[in-house]
Amino acid sequence: MSARRPLAAVAAALLLASCASTPGRPYDPFEASNRLMYEINEPLDKYFAKPIAQAWVDYVPTFVQRAASNYYNNIDDLFSAVNGLLQGKLDKAGNDLGRVMINTGFGLGGLIDIASDAGIPRGMEDFGQTFGYWGIPQGPFLFIPLWGPTTVRDGTGTLLRFVWSPTNEIPLVPLRNVIYGVGAIDLRAQALDATSLLDQAALDPYTFIRRSYLQRREYLVHDGNPPKEKDEDE
Amino acid sequence: MRFTNRWVHVAAAVALAAAASGALAQEAPDAMVKRVAEDVLQITRTDPKVQAGDKQRIKEVVETKLLPNFDFERITALAMGRNWRQATPEQQKQLVEQFRQLLVRTYSGALTQYRDQTMEYKPLRADANATEVTVRTEVIRKSQAPVQIDYSMAKTPAGWKVYDVIVAGVSLVTNYRDEFNEQVRAGGVDGLIKTLVAKNQGAPAK
Repeated sequence: MSARRPLAAVAAALLLASCASTPGRPYDPFEASNRLMYEINEPLDKYFAKPIAQAWVDYVPTFVQRAASNYYNNIDDLFSAVNGLLQGKLDKAGNDLGRVMINTGFGLGGLIDIASDAGIPRGMEDFGQTFGYWGIPQGPFLFIPLWGPTTVRDGTGTLLRFVWSPTNEIPLVPLRNVIYGVGAIDLRAQALDATSLLDQAALDPYTFIRRSYLQRREYLVHDGNPPKEKDEDE
Repeated sequence: MRFTNRWVHVAAAVALAAAASGALAQEAPDAMVKRVAEDVLQITRTDPKVQAGDKQRIKEVVETKLLPNFDFERITALAMGRNWRQATPEQQKQLVEQFRQLLVRTYSGALTQYRDQTMEYKPLRADANATEVTVRTEVIRKSQAPVQIDYSMAKTPAGWKVYDVIVAGVSLVTNYRDEFNEQVRAGGVDGLIKTLVAKNQGAPAK
C-alpha cells in the first residue's frame, strides 16, 4: 500500500502532464492561452505599436533611425561576441568584438556603424542560440503581447540580454527610458514589411508565426544548416 | 526533288526545335535562378507600372516570369503531407489551383518591396548528375542585414522546377504544412479548399 501510493501519484502526475499537452502539438502545450495572448496583442499592435512604428519610419529623419538601429545593434554585437565565445565560434566572436570596439570607439558610442562599412560581418549570436548549441531544447512556445513569439529557452535568453544590457548602467534615468522606448519602436519598425506579408500569406496568422519563428530559430542555432526536419505527418 | 527538299526543311526544323528545348532543359538550376531573378529585378526597377503599384501588371509579371519555374503540384502535395493522398483527384486539382493563386498574391505583394535590392548568387554545390539541388541566394538590402533565400529544385522533363522556397531559414512548404493540417483537421479537405477560396477572394485572415 505504502509502496503503491507514490507510484500512483507519479502516474497521476504523468497523466496530468500528458493531458496538458494533448490538445495540440508538443511544442505548444499552452496553445489556448497563447492564442488568447495573440488576440489581445492584435488591437494593441494595430492601434498602438504599429502606428507609432509607421510614424517613426515616415517622419523621423533617416539618419536618426539609422543611429537608433546602430546603437542597439552595437549592444547586440557585444552579446554576440560573448555568445560566440560560449559556443567556441572564435572567428565570429573576434569579428563581433572588433565591431564593438570600432563602433563604440570611433562611431560615437555605437551610433555609427563604421565596422559594417569596413566589411566586418555581424555574428548575430544570442543566448537562445547558445542554449540550443549546448543541447537545451526550445521548451514550450510562448506568445507575449507587444513582444511577439518566443519560447521558454529564447525568452530566458532575451531576459538575460536585457538584464545585462549596458544601457541599464546609464545613470540618467530619462535618457535611459528614451533609449528603451526608441529601441522598442525600432524593433517594431523593422518588422513592418514582414507583418504586411503575413496578412497576405497566412490562413491562420498564429500558426504561421509560430512555425516561422521555430524554423528561423532552428536555422540560426545551426548557423544556416539545420538538419532536415523529420516530418511528423508523413 | 522538291519533295525531298521539303522533308529536309521539316527535319531541320525538328532538329532545331529539339536542340533548342534540349538547351533549355539543360540550363543549370543556378543559372536559371539567376536569369529569372535578374529578369524580374530589372522589371521592378524599370517598369513604370510596376513601380506605381499597378496590381494587374505586377500579377502579370509574377504569372509570366516567376510561376512557370515552380512545380505547383509538388509544392501542394508536399504542403499537404499525408492529407494529399486522402484528397480526391478533383480536390487535388482545386488545391493546386487555389494554393497557386494564394502564392501569386503573396509574391505580388512582396515584389514591390524588392525595388532597391540586389541579389547575390552562391556557387552551386551539387553533382553534375544530381536531380535535386538547393540554389542559395542572398538579397542585399541597403544598410540592413542580408536575407538568405534558398530554392529547392528538382529536375523534371520540363527542366528544373522550384518545389520549395526557404526565406531566412523559413521553408514555405513547412509553414503551409502546419496551416493545411490544421484546416484539414477542422473541416476536412473541403474545409481547406473553402478557406483557400475565401482567402483568395480577399477575405481577411481569420
